[in-house]
Amino acid sequence: MSGLRVLVGCKRVIDYAVKVRVRPDKMGVVTEGVKHSMNPFDEIALEEAVRLKEKKVASEILVFSCGPKQCQETLRTALAVGADRAIHVEVSGEDYEKLEPLAVAKMLAKIVEQEKSDLVLLGKQAIDDDCNQTGQMLAGLLDWPQATFVSSLTKEEGEGLLSITREVDGGLENIRVKLPAVVTADLRLNEPRYATLPNIMKAKKKPIVAMNPKDMGVDIAPHLSVLSVEDPPVREAGSKVENVDELLAKLKEVGAV
Amino acid sequence: MLASCKQILTSLRHRCVSTVPATGSYGSLTDSVCQRLENILGKGNVSTSLPLREQHGRDESHHSCAPPDAVVFPSSLEQVAEVARTCSHERIPMIPFGTGTGLEGGVGAVEGGVCLDLSKMNSVVEVHSEDFYATVQPGVTRNALNGYIRDTGLFFPIDPGADASICGMAATSASGTNAVRYGTMRENVMNLQVVLADGRVLHTAGLNVRAKKSSAGFNLTNLFVGSEGTLGIITMATVRLYGVPEAAIAAVCSFPSVKAAVDTSVDILQAGIPIARVEFLDEISIGAANKFSKLDYPVCPTLFLEFTGSHLAVEEQTKAVGEIAQGNGGSEFKWAKSHEERAKLWKARHEWYYAGVTTLRPGVKGWTTDVCVPISKLTEVLTETKKDLDASPLIAPIIGHVGDGNFHCLILTDPSDKEEMAETKALARKMALRAQAVGGTCTGEHGVGRGKMDLLREEFGSVGMEVMRQIKASLDPLNIMNPGKVFLP
Repeated sequence: MSGLRVLVGCKRVIDYAVKVRVRPDKMGVVTEGVKHSMNPFDEIALEEAVRLKEKKVASEILVFSCGPKQCQETLRTALAVGADRAIHVEVSGEDYEKLEPLAVAKMLAKIVEQEKSDLVLLGKQAIDDDCNQTGQMLAGLLDWPQATFVSSLTKEEGEGLLSITREVDGGLENIRVKLPAVVTADLRLNEPRYATLPNIMKAKKKPIVAMNPKDMGVDIAPHLSVLSVEDPPVREAGSKVENVDELLAKLKEVGAV
Repeated sequence: MLASCKQILTSLRHRCVSTVPATGSYGSLTDSVCQRLENILGKGNVSTSLPLREQHGRDESHHSCAPPDAVVFPSSLEQVAEVARTCSHERIPMIPFGTGTGLEGGVGAVEGGVCLDLSKMNSVVEVHSEDFYATVQPGVTRNALNGYIRDTGLFFPIDPGADASICGMAATSASGTNAVRYGTMRENVMNLQVVLADGRVLHTAGLNVRAKKSSAGFNLTNLFVGSEGTLGIITMATVRLYGVPEAAIAAVCSFPSVKAAVDTSVDILQAGIPIARVEFLDEISIGAANKFSKLDYPVCPTLFLEFTGSHLAVEEQTKAVGEIAQGNGGSEFKWAKSHEERAKLWKARHEWYYAGVTTLRPGVKGWTTDVCVPISKLTEVLTETKKDLDASPLIAPIIGHVGDGNFHCLILTDPSDKEEMAETKALARKMALRAQAVGGTCTGEHGVGRGKMDLLREEFGSVGMEVMRQIKASLDPLNIMNPGKVFLP
């Protein structure tokens, strides 16, 4: 059977190593001048797609990113790692700040229809909002099976089946999933490769197609509104006590016993 | 806190075992000096708490803890310079501190003083991928830099075992498993910003220079690389970056004897094969690695090899090296092809120190040695050393960057046992003298620190030592820059 057409989501987020700071207006975090990179779980999803292509299970990898113009950098990295072409849905400013997983899932659903994708690989969650919703919502919109928190993925010999291991609270769950399907990648699925200089050069020639939500017929209006964003409370100094009696007295003082 | 400064000075100051002759007395960290430091840095950034001082008085070596009188946390070049001016004025020693992962006791405050913990200065200042360099502050470690530049197709190749501060690596002229292909810090530092003992700021290769090469002025950069904090405080380093190789594959080859393994590595180099990594592990090291890092290799002298480059180049190299290895009695290669397998292998290699101290003889210290000899003498020196260690009652695994003629022994010793310590010192000294006798050095990459000062004298002779003293005297006449290390003025 011919190879799978794979769609991979690549979200541009604040880099995992950055110390995030709350904005003075307490409505979000500082993003100006802060290093951004591809969401680490999306890097893992992309790596899995590239490995499927190397095994000739996948025939083509299409990467998608939704956000401001700088998302094109993220897409170029994805193309350098091994994707074939990219779609950038441009959303910026306040629209982007308020963008929710449901809107992104709707966009992905439109692209799946248009491109006739067989497999959507997403990171299990983004490290900025930690929503862990896009994959699940997309599967719902498409009425496709979903395999989330995947730590191992193999295409079975027969027609259109994936053998999957999921990381769940109780341990590992092995399931079989019919294609087409949505899969979300967990940390231990693989260790992503780095882009190399020659591949970065080649990636400059791969196409990035621009789209926008209006033309796609996708309503990106938010359903939630952020009330405030705050730092966690500063940890207060502890105090030492001399003996158990003093400990009990102090605990009573603060109403803990 | 201010009142307790004096108390701490009198009752709790530690001194190192070997006495250091004073070059005129140092000043003490009085309340007023503490206050001035607080004025410069902010109250939360000056500490005299004992646990914090002890933490900053030791590194990963066997050397005893020598806590400073205070630990300060500057966040900018200006703050470092002001601290230097203050300490210079008061004749108080200064010890720069990166990650504390050194192996020669370099951070011990043997004369007391102020430790400058530079971890708050942790920006990647700039990355120029088209020019293949990055500029970092002392709080940036080698893994942090590589994480930062992972999208650029470039990497910083120097990989000592620890995730060390890059500026600290410059101070000790560090090297790692990649040196056989990419060189050491000496070849890869382009420029340094250094705060001198009196607070002046020096740019060693020129104020704004990032040229790939230069003939301008003295090579001050390589004066400071390897100076172990005795000439100034490194506050920024510009380092070379290299392209991430297209293809990489690692292999493990087992040998019937130490000689066979080391001969193989020498043959590989003499055949001109641009091998990326060639690391030797003796049977004791492999045994420890199997336990600690969950590997499963035959317990005998082994080479860990890595081949990188284009796909064609890698194929060529593996074939050529395979023939050499088999010619020396080596086993079939066990391959580590995927990213994960290779990472596991090299992680195990980097964990050698911890594997040794935890699995071979838990509860004791590891005394590391670090000799480096000309490649042509490596087989002879390593096999002789192995004989000495096998004959000793102490357990001592050996590991080596054989591609550079550099190997390490980890002599597991109980520091409280006088006989064991005497035996260890004797073994280490014998090893170093043997290396020096064949044109080698007593330290290939760890530095001189506190323990090899007499060996340095042997290696350089009186004129060499005198010239070093003259340079030290002109840059640090008060001997406040990390006193008691490398040599005594």
